[in-house]
Amino acid sequence: MKTFKGGIHPPEEKQLVKDNPIVDFPLSSRYHVLVQQHLGAPAKPVVKAGDEVKKGQVLSEPLGFVSVPVHAPTSGRVKEIGRIVHPVTGLLAPCIVIDADGRDEWADGLPLDRDPFAMSREELLDAIKTAGVVGMGGATFPTHVKLSPPKDKTIDTFIVNGAECEPYLSSDHRLMLEQPGRVLKGAGVIMKALGLDRATIAIEANKPDAIKLMREKAPAEIQVEALKVKYPQGAEKQLINALTGREVPSGGLPMDVGAVVQNAGTCAAVWDACARGIPLIERITSVTGRGIVQPKNIRVRVGTLLREVIDFCGGLNGAAKIIFGGPMMGIAQFTQDIAIMKGTSGVLVLREEDTNITAYSACISCGRCVEACPMGLIPSTLSKLGEKGMYQKAMENSLLDCVECGSCTYVCPANRPIVHFVKHLKALSRAAGAKK
Amino acid sequence: MKNISASNPAEDPAKEQAAKLSVYVSGSPHVHSTEDVPWIMRQVIYALIPGALVGVYFFGIPALKVIAVAVVSCVVMEALWQKLTGNPITIKDGSAVLTGLLLAMNLPSGAPWWLVVIGSLVAIIIAKQLFGGIGNNPFNPALVGRVFLLISFPVAMTTWPEPRSFFSQAADATTGATPLGALKTAIFEHGTIAAAPGMNLMDPFLGNVGGSLGEISALALILGGIYLIARKIITWHIPVVYIVTVAVLTGILWLVNPEGYASPAFHLVAGGLMLGAFFMATDMVTSPITNTGKVVFAAGCGVITVVIRLWGGYPEGVSFAILIMNAFVPLINRATRPTKFGAVR
Repeated sequence: MKTFKGGIHPPEEKQLVKDNPIVDFPLSSRYHVLVQQHLGAPAKPVVKAGDEVKKGQVLSEPLGFVSVPVHAPTSGRVKEIGRIVHPVTGLLAPCIVIDADGRDEWADGLPLDRDPFAMSREELLDAIKTAGVVGMGGATFPTHVKLSPPKDKTIDTFIVNGAECEPYLSSDHRLMLEQPGRVLKGAGVIMKALGLDRATIAIEANKPDAIKLMREKAPAEIQVEALKVKYPQGAEKQLINALTGREVPSGGLPMDVGAVVQNAGTCAAVWDACARGIPLIERITSVTGRGIVQPKNIRVRVGTLLREVIDFCGGLNGAAKIIFGGPMMGIAQFTQDIAIMKGTSGVLVLREEDTNITAYSACISCGRCVEACPMGLIPSTLSKLGEKGMYQKAMENSLLDCVECGSCTYVCPANRPIVHFVKHLKALSRAAGAKK
Repeated sequence: MKNISASNPAEDPAKEQAAKLSVYVSGSPHVHSTEDVPWIMRQVIYALIPGALVGVYFFGIPALKVIAVAVVSCVVMEALWQKLTGNPITIKDGSAVLTGLLLAMNLPSGAPWWLVVIGSLVAIIIAKQLFGGIGNNPFNPALVGRVFLLISFPVAMTTWPEPRSFFSQAADATTGATPLGALKTAIFEHGTIAAAPGMNLMDPFLGNVGGSLGEISALALILGGIYLIARKIITWHIPVVYIVTVAVLTGILWLVNPEGYASPAFHLVAGGLMLGAFFMATDMVTSPITNTGKVVFAAGCGVITVVIRLWGGYPEGVSFAILIMNAFVPLINRATRPTKFGAVR
């Protein structure tokens, strides 16, 4: 079975939620829609307090090409434009607060009914951008940018990422099982936008039901590949390497080796955007972990508060850590007053015994991190440099090649927070670069 | 702009309860392998038990005493040093226990208690703590302790009690030579290995020979080494390359001149090669970090071992070889970096 070099085998823990069908999260009375839900240039609110809005109406305008709008998750009135804790940065960030009117009325003309395959490439890209579609695996890079390679790059490979290699999470798994049509048709639209006549859907072998269903449903031009279960199999560069043998060059992008990767959830969002004009206002999220009473897969609107999500899933039970995303790359949260975003693939609640809260000690040079690193780095060296803040030396040791997958930190017997050190070093080097 | 706390806890007692969220916040990843440093140290200690038991079987209670004194003094000295220097006491990580056990296994069973204490002192204080404690020592602490004793107390360190069954231990234990010592003497005095007594292979394979109390049984050490490899504590690279290097070099010389050189099989089972290859050279702190580096390191150990055994003043060269190669580890690490993903070729 295809895979990459390095990586780790953490307990999968998917059994907690993988067999729970997607349930709709009920309409809330109030939504907190963060303005910045993507990587890239900011967006600017275009509504003000007191404005009436309809479901799917644009709330912010993108400032620049690498930027996307956000949309109203339901109909109602803009209560205010305030600030709320951003789940990614932990800082207060602008958000548009909407009081729902309970009618949940679509904006004028939505949803549309059109044939994306009759649309031009430019029309498709415009529809994707207008709908605010971003990478839904968690990275939240604007999708239309990834689908707009510069003229000198030839794209010959399109991969739908259904690997879902993060332990615990099953949102992509449920999506592929319950709504295979949206994923496959969305993949077809992306193939058209890229001018390709074939694509590959990559799924880790621990989801045999999804692999089987996709093989039944997929048209001949979309091939389904089962991948070895190994973290981080779904990391973009590792996925491309596993399927094509190509290595994205250091400092480069997938398009440098002719590849485009889109998450399965993103494909579904692309289909909605192009065929029905529906913006990205809801997503499928796994709420799981042993610290939540009833793990569920929910279809939840962007802007729903974590507090409500936890209540909906029966509340907390011995929660020691609340994470947006998976246990390997997700971000620990310190408050329940944060909102679900476009990139929130999971809400993971760990008990103390499921997580890792112990002090670290000196590196014993065991080399486990070197074996685990999918990027061929020496994480132990980076961690020692991180302790001393030596970012320049770290740059010489390929600091910027680190994808922060956490494999090294997972296996480190001295429990060293290597990823933390790497992030610290990157921040130091950015700060030094900004000063110059 | 107003900062939003989305709910007002004062309005609702249930919400007030929920608002008192007490959770840990730290960087990713949030899950961790259960294999930590104490676990690794325990596995190595388990793997040494067969070799230690064979030592106790053939050398009796004195061997047990040496082991006990070494382990206790290493742990006590580490704790004392850390207390005196105001550092956190790390004896729970198991590394001092392991150093003590390894040191004992590298000593003759007849070593007096004070000799063992001095060896422990050198190993823990000079070779380990003065360099900054676990992870920072460039040289294998147990080997530094052993070599210090060998140079400072050569007679006590080369007085080898004869092996006997545990059940027929005599009060007046006789002493003799190690297989490698007998070989060296024979070549020195007669110029040929033919004069060396007792050059069979089975005794050193099982442990029925003179020598350091933990090195005598190649079989028991190989079993422990296989356990370590199976448990993924060590990789095959260092032991296999070390042993193969010794076998190839001694094999070539033996084929050229079978009267002047012992067979490679003899070199593999006699002396400290198995203990060194599986347990001393594989010390994580003092060996290279990449597998390529380990191969280079182990080949170097093999060459130096053979050179000392065949042409050096000492009959055995494993300790010196590993210590010398320890010094090259930073250089080897630098020369054998892994190729990074997407490197421009």
